Amino acid sequence: MWCELCQENFFDEFQMEGVAAEHNEIYLELVPENLSRALKTAQNAKAVKIKLTNKHCPCLRVAVELPSLSSSSRMVTHDIPVGVIPRRLWNDFREPSVPDFDVSIYLPVLKTMKSVVERMKNLSNSIVIEANLSGEMNLKIETDLVSVTTHFKDLGNPPWASENGCQSSAQSRDLESMAEARIDIRKLLQLLAGQQVNPTKALCNIVSKRIVHFILLHEDVSLQYFIPALA
Amino acid sequence: MGGWGGGHLWTPPPSPLGLGGDTLCPVRGVTSVCVCPPQLSLRAVNSSRSAFASFLFAPLFFQLYEARGPPPHLELCRCKVLMKSFLGVFRSLPSLEKTVGKCLILLKPRASRLVVQLHCKYGVTKTHNLTFQECERLQAVFDTQRCASSLCAPARVLAEAVVHFPQTLAEVTLAAGPGGKISLRNHVEDEAEPGKTMVTELWLAEDEFQTAAVAPGSRITFCLKEFRGLLTFAEASNLPLTVHYDVPGRPVIFTLEDAVLEVHLVLATLSDPESNLQPPMANGVSHLPAPSDEFADDLGSYMIAMEPPSTYEEGSGVPPIPPFPLCIPDPAESDTEEEEEEEEEEEGAVLGTPPHKKFRSLFFGSVLAPGEPSLAPTLEVLAEDSDGEY
Repeated sequence: MWCELCQENFFDEFQMEGVAAEHNEIYLELVPENLSRALKTAQNAKAVKIKLTNKHCPCLRVAVELPSLSSSSRMVTHDIPVGVIPRRLWNDFREPSVPDFDVSIYLPVLKTMKSVVERMKNLSNSIVIEANLSGEMNLKIETDLVSVTTHFKDLGNPPWASENGCQSSAQSRDLESMAEARIDIRKLLQLLAGQQVNPTKALCNIVSKRIVHFILLHEDVSLQYFIPALA
Repeated sequence: MGGWGGGHLWTPPPSPLGLGGDTLCPVRGVTSVCVCPPQLSLRAVNSSRSAFASFLFAPLFFQLYEARGPPPHLELCRCKVLMKSFLGVFRSLPSLEKTVGKCLILLKPRASRLVVQLHCKYGVTKTHNLTFQECERLQAVFDTQRCASSLCAPARVLAEAVVHFPQTLAEVTLAAGPGGKISLRNHVEDEAEPGKTMVTELWLAEDEFQTAAVAPGSRITFCLKEFRGLLTFAEASNLPLTVHYDVPGRPVIFTLEDAVLEVHLVLATLSDPESNLQPPMANGVSHLPAPSDEFADDLGSYMIAMEPPSTYEEGSGVPPIPPFPLCIPDPAESDTEEEEEEEEEEEGAVLGTPPHKKFRSLFFGSVLAPGEPSLAPTLEVLAEDSDGEY
């Protein structure tokens, strides 16, 4: 999963100095549950400050000022241990490039998709996503006892600028022909369950039998999920 | 054996007994509750004797309290029942609230039975017969007067403070910091690598407390899980919670009090041999030398344990109580190492606490104010509230 947030949209103040001027970035590794727990307690906070500190070991210090009935606010600090990733490994964490997909299609309303996949989860561990360039998508499961397919129509296909040639491969493609990939249904459900708000744009790119790449765009945040296909 | 008859309990559910029982349950490892007339008291101690809780219901709490038979001797009136059985009676508090009109508790020493009878709607009566065993008086010897520090705050303030810590956290450290602030911090085990554990610290200002008389720089570490149970009860009863503590290693005592109920929770605290060498608390997380893991002075040494009657008969040859520490030394219990091991294990093996959804915020709307005309001389069911909510 790759997620990008524009810092201006979230922070009133933002100060950072990377490793060097040309490499104005810091790569940190942490346990997401710690951060989520720290931020959860900040639901009703007056102010939240996040600092990278290095007292005994590198930590992300989340300092939360909470309202209280007394004259002074309550202060809570969470020191989350982080690992600083050395520059030589930064390449491992580059934004993955958009794959050379066969079909790109807008997703149906996520809520609908989620309720469909949730029911399918009880019947099968894997799900097939297939779509074509005519705006049609099918979600299929198949077991010994039953097969279920849900059809979506008129979804629309996003236009991609022809920078890396995907356009050409897609253009020469038969509009009705389906590109498909079988993926782990739980992974798909995790993705769908995590979406609380409807994104401004939601689409997926399918590389037949290889990978499904989801892109979800919100105002402040962009999310990309890569789910590899099962054998 | 005299026949101590029994007592009628208050009318309206929900059942504070059930709620009290639920609160005692987190005193992990408890298998018995000691019911000690003439007041009704529920007491529990955990297997490693690092936690003791008591709920004392004054006679005024009840609609009718009657002891029948010859005047009871103290030894005869103590009984212990299995916690599980007792809680089973009050299993589903919300439905109890809706259906139960009255609850009758009878103690039948001759039959070794504790009878709990729930009088419900539509003339349904559920009778639970619990077997009890006689036991010695279970009492932790503690004296809040001897504690150097005390704090009193509405339960809500403390509940809002502990919410920042994960449910699975075992121990928490309470400390008096600079500027009169009180801090709570999760306790990190020695063995944990310093770079791996998240540390959360919360500061409360002095004026959030109703009273705060603390020794500056004082600090104690105790089991959060057991404290949470009491906190839930305190919130439900809307009573302020008082914390009395002394130096690390001496127990911390939590109390709730009102006209008809007295609750005590006594927890052992981590001893800290280096407590005198604490660096001044800076305005932030201070990384103090890690205290030793041993619970020295375990609570056992503060308690009159459940021993054969001959040793602890009231008024008989009890060994003189030394002025410090406050306990009756029991040579049979001096196997402290074994107990420390037990406690270490107990702390390490974090047993499941009953899910918190069992604790209901009911209670104390139902407490009868003293002077209500409900002390009838008979055991007959009193006229029930015909237009009651249930």
